Amino acid sequence: MNAPSITASAQTEAVTKTFDLSAALKDAFRSALITFGLSIPILSFRTEQSGADLFLSSRWGLALIVTAIVFGLRLLIHAFTASRAYRKAIPSPRQATELVHAQPSAFQHVSRFAIPFFLGVAIAFPVLIYLIQGGLNESRYWIDLGILILTYVMLGWGLNIVVGLAGLLDLGYVAFYAVGAYSYALLSTTFGLSFWICLPLAGILAAFWGMILGFPVLRLRGDYLAIVTLAFGEIIRLVLINWVDVTNGAAGISSIPRATFFGIPFTASEDGFAATFGLEFNGMHRMIFLYYLILALALLTNFVTMRLRKLPVGRAWEALREDEIACRSLGINTTNTKLTAFAIGAMFGGFAGSFFAVRQGFVSPESFNFLESAIILAIVVMGGMGSQIGVAIAAIVLVGGPEVLRNLTFLKAVFGEGFDPNEYRLLLFGLGMVAMMVWRPRGLISEREPSVILKERKAISGSLVKEGHG
Amino acid sequence: MEIFVQQLINGLTLGSIYGLIAIGYTMVFGIIGMVNFAHGDVFMLSAFIALIFFLILTTWLGISSVALALFIVLIIAMVLTSLWGWAIERVAYRPLRGSFRLAPLISAIGVSIFLSNFVQVAQGARNKPTPPMIRDVIVLFQGESGYNVAISYKQIIIMIVTAVLLSIFWYIVQKTSLGRAQRACEQDRKMAALLGINVDRTISLTFVIGAALAAVAGTMYLLYYGVVSFADGFVPGVKAFTAAVLGGIGSLPGAVLGGLIIGLIETFWSAYFSIEYKDVAAFSILAIVLIFMPSGILGRPEVEKV
Repeated sequence: MNAPSITASAQTEAVTKTFDLSAALKDAFRSALITFGLSIPILSFRTEQSGADLFLSSRWGLALIVTAIVFGLRLLIHAFTASRAYRKAIPSPRQATELVHAQPSAFQHVSRFAIPFFLGVAIAFPVLIYLIQGGLNESRYWIDLGILILTYVMLGWGLNIVVGLAGLLDLGYVAFYAVGAYSYALLSTTFGLSFWICLPLAGILAAFWGMILGFPVLRLRGDYLAIVTLAFGEIIRLVLINWVDVTNGAAGISSIPRATFFGIPFTASEDGFAATFGLEFNGMHRMIFLYYLILALALLTNFVTMRLRKLPVGRAWEALREDEIACRSLGINTTNTKLTAFAIGAMFGGFAGSFFAVRQGFVSPESFNFLESAIILAIVVMGGMGSQIGVAIAAIVLVGGPEVLRNLTFLKAVFGEGFDPNEYRLLLFGLGMVAMMVWRPRGLISEREPSVILKERKAISGSLVKEGHG
Repeated sequence: MEIFVQQLINGLTLGSIYGLIAIGYTMVFGIIGMVNFAHGDVFMLSAFIALIFFLILTTWLGISSVALALFIVLIIAMVLTSLWGWAIERVAYRPLRGSFRLAPLISAIGVSIFLSNFVQVAQGARNKPTPPMIRDVIVLFQGESGYNVAISYKQIIIMIVTAVLLSIFWYIVQKTSLGRAQRACEQDRKMAALLGINVDRTISLTFVIGAALAAVAGTMYLLYYGVVSFADGFVPGVKAFTAAVLGGIGSLPGAVLGGLIIGLIETFWSAYFSIEYKDVAAFSILAIVLIFMPSGILGRPEVEKV
């Protein structure tokens, strides 16, 4: 810990506390000018259609507003970076030892309470919502949102095995989600199998597809691997669209059997769930059951991942992520390591897929396009690849955030009645991915719990691990 | 036979569009080793720019000569798309140099999602059809069954514009100091910087050239199909990337060759097998080429150094 501070000698140039206003203004003006140039064609004119003809309408006001926003943001960034540069210029005694903390870091202190807290909130969520909203039917929207978020948490954790632990960038993860959903849809509609039989079958089938798709790409790394998995994902979607005899094409499969409470259906009939347990019939029973089902599935994913990390195969994944050549020279079978990562990640995707099918009662190829893969990847990337709690937080923010925005009525007052934040959701996703890579490439939670501990537990700074190195 | 010749003409037209886009992929990969995932969406954006300026010129300014309008549109689209290409590189890729290896790719996916949704929000989600700009065709010869083999003026324009711009571009890369700097950075960035080449500016220029050629492709796409929508960037982008990989990524003649091959495969596949599975064919070729011959037809094999 007595390493000489490198930063003190390197920072010789004088850094003033007050930032150069005229230079910042000049730069902000330049950025604004460029933004205006960029917005000339796309923002200033809008193509409208009337009948067969297109005509243009101009809206320079919008372009000017965007330009003004960029000008202001750029000035703010300058002010912010100037003060940060000043702080950095004064060497702190901790700087040289920043990479490895001997003491448990702040993150570890927080995480000790945060994880049970999140878990408690997740388990008590339907009860809390019931109490807050004051009725089962009123809480429908929130339970639905909870199910949606948990589905993405599960998908994120599943993809995290492939991307975060094994370091293989998979852009076609949604293919396994689709395999799971179609497995349940087809098995239940053609053979009448129940959800509890189909769930493991869907997982096995998805894992099998994970192996099939994983096998040819074993030699590829980095960008090429990402592009090939993207191609596989698209091929599966296109086959689902075009193989009409089996999948009913773009129209999708409807009237998929609903979930039952271990064989007891959620109906108003005599042998239904409500009658069996002496409750008044309510459609929300099924929703709450689905909520706990996806919570259990997500926690299973998390539990299995955490246990696997401690097994030889999990350690091999992380070794593979850090350095494939070193891994091979130490005698680790990289073929098996990669294939297990693909298969196990795909299996959880399959579970999530069959849950998706049973919740919706309807599947169509449109639910499994590339954008879905990109959203799941965005969740994993923003959560900090490899960090379980980070992925959960990112899923809550990315999936729940737009819904919260939609309910903020004052936004409607500002932007007009027709304002729908969902339209801008993907726009913000894209910007968020870029911003994340520029400012925090390691994600929200960049510190890692070590898999193997010698005597004492130390936090590993994100800059020491090489997630997604290819 | 007639169908074969007709498909050959169609395939070469489509192939020249793919080739123009593929150059953007191959140059960027050559110089900084990243897949510029957003390039397909830059192409889509340029088609929108071309559409808007075509409408401005014909309906507002009343230019009646289609050829003149097209020429002006091409120049404006190239300039404005270059600005976009420059800005994307500056904002989303330059800060990531020296970051971990997949960071630029993830950032590029972000840019791609941003661009397509930006256009969707700004211009609406519907297809944008334009009235056919040029209708005339030349009948080359008549088949016995009454099937005419024809080449349309717009196909001729597309091929000529592609050929002319490619030769200008070829001249720039091979003969000018800019091209020399670009090739030097491609071979060894650190060494080039030591010899006084402004590496950042060269990389920016690479993006600008790539975007300008994508703008040519976008204008030609609009001229050829007469319709564009916000989602049109993804599939042509992937096909052009396939072309770049097939031709050997990093090799400029390879990109053009790959583009022509992909265009021909696509049209012949649609004509003789099934039109539904033409995208499956393109994606399969991409996977097969990447897995079995990652260095492509004209590319150099990549040497792995420890």
